[in-house]
Amino acid sequence: MSAPAIVGTIDEPPTAPPSRRERRADQNRSESSSHNRGPLMTTAGYVGMTVALLIVAVPLFWIIITSFKERGDIYVRPAQWWPNPATTENYHDVTTRIPFSNYFRNSLIITGVTSTVKIVLGVISAYALSLLRFPGRGIVFLVVIAALMVPNQITVISNYALVAQLGWRNTYQGIIIPLAGVAFGTFLMRNQFLSLPGEIIEAARLDGAGPLKLLWKVVLPMSWPTLVAFSLITVVNEWNEYLWPFLMSDDERVAPLPVGLTQLQNNDGVTNWGPVMAGTVLAMVPILVLFLVLQRQMIKGLTAGALKG
Amino acid sequence: MATVYFDEATRRFAGHDKSAVDSITLDIADGEFLVLVGPSGCGKSTTLRMLAGLEPINGGRILVDGHDQQGVRPRDRDIAMVFQSYALYPNMTAAQNMAFALDNAKVSKSETKSRVAEAAKILELDELLDRKPGSLSGGQRQRVAMGRAIVRNPKVFCMDEPLSNLDAKLRVSTRSQIAGLQRRLGITTVYVTHDQVEAMTMGHRVAVLRDGRLQQVDTPERLYDHPVNTFVASFIGSPSITLVESKVEQGVASVHGLAVPLQRDVAARAGGSVVVGFRPESWRIVGAGDGAGDGARSETGVESLAISVDLVESLGSESFVYGRPVGAEEASRVTVRLEKRTHLRVGDVVNVVPNQGEVHVFDASTGDRISD
Repeated sequence: MSAPAIVGTIDEPPTAPPSRRERRADQNRSESSSHNRGPLMTTAGYVGMTVALLIVAVPLFWIIITSFKERGDIYVRPAQWWPNPATTENYHDVTTRIPFSNYFRNSLIITGVTSTVKIVLGVISAYALSLLRFPGRGIVFLVVIAALMVPNQITVISNYALVAQLGWRNTYQGIIIPLAGVAFGTFLMRNQFLSLPGEIIEAARLDGAGPLKLLWKVVLPMSWPTLVAFSLITVVNEWNEYLWPFLMSDDERVAPLPVGLTQLQNNDGVTNWGPVMAGTVLAMVPILVLFLVLQRQMIKGLTAGALKG
Repeated sequence: MATVYFDEATRRFAGHDKSAVDSITLDIADGEFLVLVGPSGCGKSTTLRMLAGLEPINGGRILVDGHDQQGVRPRDRDIAMVFQSYALYPNMTAAQNMAFALDNAKVSKSETKSRVAEAAKILELDELLDRKPGSLSGGQRQRVAMGRAIVRNPKVFCMDEPLSNLDAKLRVSTRSQIAGLQRRLGITTVYVTHDQVEAMTMGHRVAVLRDGRLQQVDTPERLYDHPVNTFVASFIGSPSITLVESKVEQGVASVHGLAVPLQRDVAARAGGSVVVGFRPESWRIVGAGDGAGDGARSETGVESLAISVDLVESLGSESFVYGRPVGAEEASRVTVRLEKRTHLRVGDVVNVVPNQGEVHVFDASTGDRISD
């Protein structure tokens, strides 16, 4: 008689997942291994950082020192790396030779409205494309992505024809509405929302949260860093937007700062770079302040503690 | 409080031929604590999510208090869920987490406050109400998640493995806490777990699932004593049951040579071979011997099975011996429970006999139970 077969004793212990301590030990190991890179790699890293820093910092530095130079000191050889004598005359020039405050106001209005519309549209469309289920969702998202691929220089001509036909040249809406479309924000925020733990969204739904409450009380607070980054990028882009406002506006009634600064450049045939640089510095300041205010928010992760662990 | 009725509820995921949940019919009484248990991927969580409205139903229906839930949104079902990951809102304090649902339901501020305070008292969270989830321990988060469910006083609690992220000791204490809480509140509860100890100790009834199909729904005792098939028999019980496929001749099954007489009606239903199952405590030691595989005769005169011990697990109050029948070393292990004072060592040979009336007999081809 052959040995009887045993059909089903399940006595193997369940395989336990690695304990938290083990996982932490693993992390430490990989962290320490990254600290033990060779001196060559470290040097290369620092060289790379320095090169990147110089590429960014030198032009910026040059703009700032030039804004404090007297006209005669700007075109000298060898280059003068420190303003001597330093003057604030250029700053005075900016505010008197062009209606700087008008341009500044226009910039604030255009940037403020466009950014707000873009951020709101971006968040709402991303919410729909990530957290609501409806037929054709994937196709809508593909169309949005396709829109991201079209450079806006291509749409400029048809947009111009349309807006001019509507009689919107030299109006705020003429500048703002064509700029208010968002593909980038939708894309960025959608991916952010998809990365949120699904169980928290489900918990909120079971807790009776409607779509707006879900977005406002649960989804956005967890997406704060991404939202801040998206907002900052949007504001900087709108603040620096040149081509479209330049086409849409003829003078200080609606033209923003970047367009206004070019007026400085061409005022008297020969470009006087001092006031142009001073204007550039003044245009940079609000964005710099905004960045300093928001950068802490950007790095602060808010999902900590939501799930197990 | 409510009754829940699954009426051939089915869920098929797109791109899969097999249903994740296959025509489950399950009647859950008002105030009952029902545990859904099964191995990973058996569809137990999906079943729970269907009840909560987080998964659509592709066939059949689910009734809560006699009302078909088809098309009812999760937020309108009045079902509270405790997730495995707890799913607390990280931006809110423990108190805000618990108050969120009441807030959405437009419950007055004072009512909300008193309900949160009451839940906090029950769950011993009073001191932690102002903390955010990030600064709570795993056990505390679990209690906040429980609190979030109980402040709502919902029709049904759904719990999806709420204890699986706790350490062993906390799990045991929380287990009894949840069971006690459920008794006290009397809210119908569906509890999903893969841990059969949780299933056996917490539920009024336990539903065993396998591959999306319901195997058996019964009280823990019935499930242990009368498993309907070999799957349930081997899933329930720790250490698990020993199942041996055996030939049947003239109403007697031969288990590694040990003659196990079958009852007449059982023998009548059995074909040429059956699967015989023995729980670890169903064996009795009848004195050591060096008997051969075909059943030695001990001094009691009863045929016994000689087992060569290859593992002893001592738990203090009792111990379990795993061994293979002498002469059938390639066969898998037989598990025997020993009393506290019986000492055996690896390599020893013991003779065991099964207790009368504690033998489970299953059909060899279908795995269904034949014995009563």
